[in-house]
Amino acid sequence: MLRYAIRRVLQLALVVLVLSVLIFAWLRALPGGPVSALLGDRGTAEMRAELTEALGLNDPIFVQYFAFLGRAITGDFGTSTGVSPGKPALELFLERFPATIELGVAAILIALAAAIPLGYLAARRRGGWLDNAGIVVSMLGMSIPIFFLAFLLKYLLSIELGWLPTGGRQSAGIDATRITGFFVLDGLLTREWDAALDALKHLLLPAFALSSIPFAVIFRITRAAVIDVLDEDYVRTARSKGLTRRIIRDRHILRNAMLPVVTTVGLQTGALLSGAVLTETVFAWQGIGQALAIGFERKDFPVLQVVIIAAAMAYVLVNLVVDLSYAVIDPRIRAMQKVG
Amino acid sequence: MLQLGISRPRQFALIGLAGALVVSLAACAESDRGDGGGGEGGTFVFGAAGAPSNFDPFFASDGETFRVTRQMFEGLVGIKPGTAELEPELATAWEPSPDGKTWTFTLQEGVNFHDGTPFNADAVCKNFERMFNQTGAGATAALSYYWIENFGGFSDGANPSLYKSCTAENPTTVVLELTRFTARFPTMLSQDSFAMQSPQAMDEFGADDVTAQGDSFVFSEYARSHPTGTGPFTFGSYDEANGTIELQRNDNYWGEKAKLDRLIFRVIEDETARKQALEAGDIDGYDLPGPADWDSLQQDGFNLMIRDPFNILYLGITQRNNPALQNLKVRQALAYAIDRQSLVNAIMPENSEVAKEFYPSSVDGYADDVQEYPHDPERARQLLDEAGFPDLTVELWWPTQVTRPYMPNPQAIFGAIQEDLEQAGITVTPVSKPWAGGYLDQVEVADAQLFMLGWTGDYNSPANFIGTFFGTTENQFWTSGSPWGQELADALVDADSTVDAAQRETKYQEINRKLMAEYLPAIPLSHSPPAIVVASDVEGLVPSPLTKEEFATVSMSSSD
Repeated sequence: MLRYAIRRVLQLALVVLVLSVLIFAWLRALPGGPVSALLGDRGTAEMRAELTEALGLNDPIFVQYFAFLGRAITGDFGTSTGVSPGKPALELFLERFPATIELGVAAILIALAAAIPLGYLAARRRGGWLDNAGIVVSMLGMSIPIFFLAFLLKYLLSIELGWLPTGGRQSAGIDATRITGFFVLDGLLTREWDAALDALKHLLLPAFALSSIPFAVIFRITRAAVIDVLDEDYVRTARSKGLTRRIIRDRHILRNAMLPVVTTVGLQTGALLSGAVLTETVFAWQGIGQALAIGFERKDFPVLQVVIIAAAMAYVLVNLVVDLSYAVIDPRIRAMQKVG
Repeated sequence: MLQLGISRPRQFALIGLAGALVVSLAACAESDRGDGGGGEGGTFVFGAAGAPSNFDPFFASDGETFRVTRQMFEGLVGIKPGTAELEPELATAWEPSPDGKTWTFTLQEGVNFHDGTPFNADAVCKNFERMFNQTGAGATAALSYYWIENFGGFSDGANPSLYKSCTAENPTTVVLELTRFTARFPTMLSQDSFAMQSPQAMDEFGADDVTAQGDSFVFSEYARSHPTGTGPFTFGSYDEANGTIELQRNDNYWGEKAKLDRLIFRVIEDETARKQALEAGDIDGYDLPGPADWDSLQQDGFNLMIRDPFNILYLGITQRNNPALQNLKVRQALAYAIDRQSLVNAIMPENSEVAKEFYPSSVDGYADDVQEYPHDPERARQLLDEAGFPDLTVELWWPTQVTRPYMPNPQAIFGAIQEDLEQAGITVTPVSKPWAGGYLDQVEVADAQLFMLGWTGDYNSPANFIGTFFGTTENQFWTSGSPWGQELADALVDADSTVDAAQRETKYQEINRKLMAEYLPAIPLSHSPPAIVVASDVEGLVPSPLTKEEFATVSMSSSD
């Protein structure tokens, strides 16, 4: 298992290196660049030329890349030119990453909490009203664009009913103490209950909007997997042995049905980031999804490089964890790894 | 419960461990809240469209940064609220020498910076010397845009500078010497970048420690978290993780103190999200609501304030890339072809005006009797025939991924112009590019043919409009290739250097007449008023045509 993990980490290093070349070249191949973003409509041709030179953008791209790589090895990924000008890109990423994690975890928790029980029940009562309702809701979840769902949610729950805030991570001027960057957790740890509740209120709408697609996918996978497992011989055997419904459900049905679900959760983590770009923009959520959106608009190369590479690393790592968790869930895989 | 092959004792151990971790974290964590500092003036939360670049106004050039710094800093001269007119601020009076090169400023007494440092003639000179002595990254247009635009070069002498010296004659008298006369002085000092900053705070927090690092810049500690001015608000905090900037009332302010206790800027990049935040009461106001939302905002009881227009949208003509465009008759044909009145009526926001020349009538040197180009497609065809280009084909460039106060809907404006040109028999080849993704880059180096662009004035001076556009021949319009390009640039320099105000006015009027009749390097289209919107319980906000609102006069009626 250790050797397997090490091999995967080495693969990760290779992925990051190749990705850094691709991102670096691709960003610079796009028309425009940070000079236009920095000077806007006020920059003259002369100012543009001078600034392009000052930023080293006239150097051949491989010279720029190796300069970047040289600095990156020392932990210096440049400073933001558009998202938060002057802020080190890595610092910006580290500051915003907890926001996206907080949002993503909340979204996945909402999706899991709703999708697994519903998927299980839908499979057990195939063709029933719950099954049909679940399928319709999951189709809606897949097909409604996040920005439209966000708009509807905000209109209903924020503007009309005034229950939840329209955006941001915490109310302006709440003066909350920051420790981990996870605002809800920070509020709980510091016992600033109003701050925790306020952060939770801010979290609900974007997390719900973001959970719509993972909910739909996990519901369908759970339902299909449970249906498959229900027909397996070992379930029938368990029943005939007289095991309780609970033991059959927990040990024989759900545990076996969980393998494809865990894989899906891993894959959905990557999809969450793309969903976060929209959700964070619409809800003014100061995470890395929003940083990506602003970064692209303002051609903030350092931020885009760090965010894309780090997000790719996080994605690969999450999937590594998922792969390793197979071994925990499925003894056959554990056994195969021992043999291998 | 779902079991993942973990035995029950281990489950308890894990839960216990997690509990211990949370408890120990909670033990380490401590609230660092103050007492909240609540008062009776209330808190005003303004929705900003972007994060400020930094808090040192000298190193900024964007509106979102200035909106914040303007509340904390003041200049020697200011702008009378609600107008574009000059008024005293930290200087109570100023007097030029006969040649207009030496200016003596009398300073307000009893003013201190937020850190207690006295504001006096020494502080003024330290500010100007600091600006003049920038080197390296600090001397690039990305950081010192307004200095370069207004004063030219720095102390290294690489480029000529308008600034010569600063002398503190006594604590309340300071003399600024210029290398030449310019009619823009001292009005140009009203721009936010030239605000006075505490010399002590700038020293202490290394205000000039800005460096170019790789392909970006690093700002100083001062610029990031210790801005120190003399204004009615002091810097509180910048919570980047939550996108909020908090300023507090300066209780030691030398003038009329701010009514608000706290002023908070909340960054909401998405315009629809800003509107919804206002509707839900999360913010109390925001700038530049889209013209399409004006009616609904007013109907919903919000206070929408439409400013006087102080900008220009023009159809630029780059003569280099299409020989036909070098012909005046062709350029005039384009002007006749475009129905600017319909454009203003149908697409531009309420209270917009057709532009007769390159700046609004409120700016000095405006001429009422310039040649006009009413919509006349027949006249356009006739001029094209006379010019020998009856089958004219032109590229029409328009930007995507942007709206500007002078150009609220680029695509619709493009569509209207295209249709008008085609009605006059002109074949239009559309070219669209993202604003920061090639459009500006190429337009600014004269790669376009016809293009849509504009400008918002910084202060009342023709030089800030036509001086910026045509004051040198290296420009978007490629006037260097025109027989009159240099003549126009020289005339603008001459007018700006004319000390006598009446003579200067006459010279600018003459330039405007020639611009519209003989040169026509671009076609002025419209002046459109940007709006600002606040909740119904917000009082005392005076909209500024220069979009330079000061929030010290704002109060919240709900906090009474």
